[in-house]
Amino acid sequence: MISFYGISGPTSNINLFGSKMLITRRVEFSASHRCAVAAWSDDRNREVYGEEANPYGHGHNYVLEVTLSGKVDEVTGMIVDLKDVKAVLNREVVEPMDHRYLNAEVPPFDKVVPTAENMAREIWRRILPHFSSDTVQLHEVRLYETENLYVEYRGE
Amino acid sequence: MTLTARYPFSASHRLHSPLLSEVRNDEIYGKCNNPHGHGHNYWLEVTVAGEPDAESGLILERHKLDQLVSEEILSRVSHRNLNEQLDEMNGLVPTTENLVYVLAGILEKRFPGPGLSLERVRILETKNNRFETEANDLKQ
Repeated sequence: MISFYGISGPTSNINLFGSKMLITRRVEFSASHRCAVAAWSDDRNREVYGEEANPYGHGHNYVLEVTLSGKVDEVTGMIVDLKDVKAVLNREVVEPMDHRYLNAEVPPFDKVVPTAENMAREIWRRILPHFSSDTVQLHEVRLYETENLYVEYRGE
Repeated sequence: MTLTARYPFSASHRLHSPLLSEVRNDEIYGKCNNPHGHGHNYWLEVTVAGEPDAESGLILERHKLDQLVSEEILSRVSHRNLNEQLDEMNGLVPTTENLVYVLAGILEKRFPGPGLSLERVRILETKNNRFETEANDLKQ
């Protein structure tokens, strides 16, 4: 039980343990990609994707923020061991994607256009099995393609 | 899924309410009440929600969002005085809270687009202060 100063009456003791908490781990990886639909003309690809469609690809420093939700364990005071979270993110995302050309080296991006949207879905698919227990669930994947552009996906 | 793009702009403002005394204005707004105004490098974050197109894998083509924000927002606020030059502020004190409502209201007129809705408008006044409203709240 944790009590707050300045709050009196029946609400003075609030049991925070057992209430939902969100925890976010951030990792970075750098990769190159090209956004273009094979069946489309160069002009159409350029119209839709702009410079992202340049023929030889280009790279980004991606930043991935993975948010988990769960209940704080009364004994450890934690939802989940962040070392384990980091290990999953490294194994499922960073190691396969870091310093790779996504279109050529990381399925399904040989067939699926590696837009930030599709990458967020793929990352969600890869890590979901690791965060689907009674105590911890995957809440959100946020992928920054640049510091000014990101997508958020909650598995909907 | 949502997509968020961030747009920097610089503008000036003064926080002062004609309904309050000089003393109260100073108490409430402090440095922001400086009669000569002051400026910020703001960041506007626009979040749109939609399903990625099955073919292109995009919720929205980036240049279309850039163009919309440029036409509707940046043209109104970039290097302007928000008290004097943003008509939609309409006499409100240009706190960043009010700026969020005003800019969200302007953007909302362009939504929903095809398969697309406005999800959130967030403004960072400095790196340390940010204000946001979600689309559900806008509709009320």
